[in-house]
Amino acid sequence: MKQDRSTTIVSLAGIGLAFLALWLLHAFGGYYIERIVIGVGINLILVISLNLANGFTGLFSLGHIGFMAIGAYASAILTLPLSLKSTNLPDLPSFLARTQMAFLPAVLIGGLIAMLVAFLIGLSLMRLTGPYISVATMGFLVIVQVVLTNWDSMTRGARTFAGVPEYTNVWNVWIWAMLVLYIVWRIKFSSFGRKMMAARDNEIAARSLGINVVASRLLAFCLSAFFTGVAGALWAHFITAFSPKSFYFSQTFSVVTMLVVGGLGSLSGSVVGVMLITLLSEILRNAERGFAIGPLVIPEVYGASQVIMAILFVLFIVFRPRGLLGDAELDVRKFFKREKEVAG
Amino acid sequence: MSAGEYLLQQILNAVSIGSLYALMAIGLSMVFGILRLINFAHGDLIMVGSYTTLLLLLGGTPFVWASLAGIAASTVAGLLMERFAYRPIRGAPDVAMLLTSFAVTIFLENLAIILFKATSRAFPVPALLNTVVSFGNLQIASLNIISILFTIILLFLLTLFVTNTETGISMRAASQDLVAARLMGINVNRVIAAAFAIGSFMAGVVGILWSAKVGKVDPLMGFSPVLKAFVASVIGGLGSIPSAVLGGYILGALEILLQGLLPANIAPFRDALVFLILILLLLFRPNGILGSAEKEKI
Repeated sequence: MKQDRSTTIVSLAGIGLAFLALWLLHAFGGYYIERIVIGVGINLILVISLNLANGFTGLFSLGHIGFMAIGAYASAILTLPLSLKSTNLPDLPSFLARTQMAFLPAVLIGGLIAMLVAFLIGLSLMRLTGPYISVATMGFLVIVQVVLTNWDSMTRGARTFAGVPEYTNVWNVWIWAMLVLYIVWRIKFSSFGRKMMAARDNEIAARSLGINVVASRLLAFCLSAFFTGVAGALWAHFITAFSPKSFYFSQTFSVVTMLVVGGLGSLSGSVVGVMLITLLSEILRNAERGFAIGPLVIPEVYGASQVIMAILFVLFIVFRPRGLLGDAELDVRKFFKREKEVAG
Repeated sequence: MSAGEYLLQQILNAVSIGSLYALMAIGLSMVFGILRLINFAHGDLIMVGSYTTLLLLLGGTPFVWASLAGIAASTVAGLLMERFAYRPIRGAPDVAMLLTSFAVTIFLENLAIILFKATSRAFPVPALLNTVVSFGNLQIASLNIISILFTIILLFLLTLFVTNTETGISMRAASQDLVAARLMGINVNRVIAAAFAIGSFMAGVVGILWSAKVGKVDPLMGFSPVLKAFVASVIGGLGSIPSAVLGGYILGALEILLQGLLPANIAPFRDALVFLILILLLLFRPNGILGSAEKEKI
């Protein structure tokens, strides 16, 4: 895409506003708000990278949370303090038992391992189409789950992996989130992105124009796995204690919901989806603990928020099967332009 | 026990577990064939049937009636699912349908957790399903024999249904081309409802046999078997009944084979291996063993 000056200005203004909002929340929001802001940042990375794989290529992966798990465990193992390693993970291979890495290299390595795994399985998976790829990637999720639960020497098996250093904060999460958003945005409007979307919309026509469909899908899948792995690592250093069950179907459903509500293929849609679903689930989660409206007392019902979320999701799909934005983008300039035309 | 008898015993085990996978895979495959919908919530129909049976058993109902009521409950749940979740979104993108079924799963599982608590409950297995029959040195669980018998009967009835009744023939037409079937005057709603009813009925049967096999029920009990049934229907080739059955038996054999051959320290990774084999198989036969390559119209 021709990068005209107004795009740059609008993007810079957007990023500036976002960080101003972050600073305000950080300064005045308190602990609870700060946790939510970090959570939104991590979800943003997850959803945008899922969008890169699922929205742009049209191959709906249900296994991405497996990459998140790989990133989280890799970074957690690399950064765990040595004293904790000898008590909690006594059977680590010696080169791992003796190293304790800093935050950034550990996160990057987490992402790279996820990317390597994506490349290996992608060689086979990217040839599949439609529902087969969803089932096969879900198979990958199960494989990751089984391996994590049984590889005691590396992951403590099904037990909680605790004591991960808490390195993640509002700033490093949101720098990553903005970076991922920027990169994926540039990809969407690059010739590579257009090739991918052409292959998504009509594979045969795309092939006839000389587009290497499998290669472009594989590249998108690997890049997406890298970002998802990074998000997993950031999450690990945010939550500090987790178990393999944290990376399974409920997490998959939550990320996929955000993506689909926003609109497959739309990046501004992803941002809207993440914000909306996070807000909604926080409200429902608080309501689940029980509340009173005047004389009417609603008791605590554990699990009710999930039930309501599922019903809302089905209703949403009925009325907006393509999400809020489809694959279009919100454009501030267009908004103002239309106003001017009406006025003139 | 001689080597031959051991082999026979293992083959019976494989056929019996394969029968359950086959019954589940049929339900998934029929719905997929017509709607291109992967119904994740199929597993929860198993849970609905099992809980209904369990509650009636605890209330003192005889086993036969309790299990018939359980099967009926699964069937009704399947029809309700179709009517209220899947019919409104018919024609939506494949992904939207897939996620709707995901949402239905989350809904049913959490509802079950609210109603029955997340912990598992013992399933009182009646003596008929809990004995071991001996033929010489061969020891066969009565449950295995009954699973196999029921599957043969159900497969026979299903074959009669799809070849000889009007609804059955319409169903096959709809799975070839839904739009053309509608143009030929087929009542598509009825056909789809029938597919859901048959699939859910079989899920109900599987629910009772499965609960009797593992001896307990819990709200998430349907998820893992149905994931395996997906694998089975994909191995065979999604969308046709014979391939679903073939896939079910192949998966059963594969599981028993891995169980027998894997050394103890790799045994916990069995499920991972099953899915790995699926991914490898899809690499060489992207449309399953019996599936022919889908020709896309240009």
